[in-house]
Amino acid sequence: MEFMDLKEIQSSLPYLPPFLFVDELQHVDEVSAIGTFTFKSTLDFYKGHFKDIPVTPGVILTETMAQIGVVCLGIYLLRNEPPNRGQFVMTSAAVDFLKPVLPGEKVTVSSEKVYFRFNKLKCAVKMQNSKQEIVCAGTISGKIIKS
Amino acid sequence: MDRKEIIDRLKPIIKTYAPAQVKEKLEELTEDADFIQDLYINSANLVDIILDVEEEFNITIDNESMEKMLTVKASIDIIITKLSEK
Repeated sequence: MEFMDLKEIQSSLPYLPPFLFVDELQHVDEVSAIGTFTFKSTLDFYKGHFKDIPVTPGVILTETMAQIGVVCLGIYLLRNEPPNRGQFVMTSAAVDFLKPVLPGEKVTVSSEKVYFRFNKLKCAVKMQNSKQEIVCAGTISGKIIKS
Repeated sequence: MDRKEIIDRLKPIIKTYAPAQVKEKLEELTEDADFIQDLYINSANLVDIILDVEEEFNITIDNESMEKMLTVKASIDIIITKLSEK
């Protein structure tokens, strides 16, 4: 399969709500990916993070960056490989958090491939809010694991 | 290039990816050390080590060689082989 459209990549993602953090994949090519997610204010974790002050947890922001920036890009890079090749799991993340993401905010994740070799995909990833401000950025890697 | 020189050039590369408790002991690094078992380097960071090895020694590591590079000894063997093929 040479051609793979964005919807096809999204439907290949190995997640379901409440742990699917990709609303719209907007662009993917050999070296980059862009997508969006809106953190609905009804999401369960806002009840506890933090008590009375709902803020999106950094681990969830990191997961969102990994799903859009690493896994969507990885699925595209594997498009010509056999379907049983395995799936990407996160192996490391170094992320700086610059601004809080509040309930209801829509974020855009963009990632650039640093390298994809020996089954490891390393990406430079950033997340921006609707004002185009960078809310977090860093380096996230994933590795293909046989499922 | 002899094995001692290779191991000395490997140490700073390994140091970048090894956890703190291993970094302190790297001076005593022997050829028998296993990256995952003894140096606590996960298999994904092993990829970074191999990419740094390619740069340091100006060689290209293929998939088959990469899968064998689980110990310092095996890595030195492969580096010597790749250097001799240049």
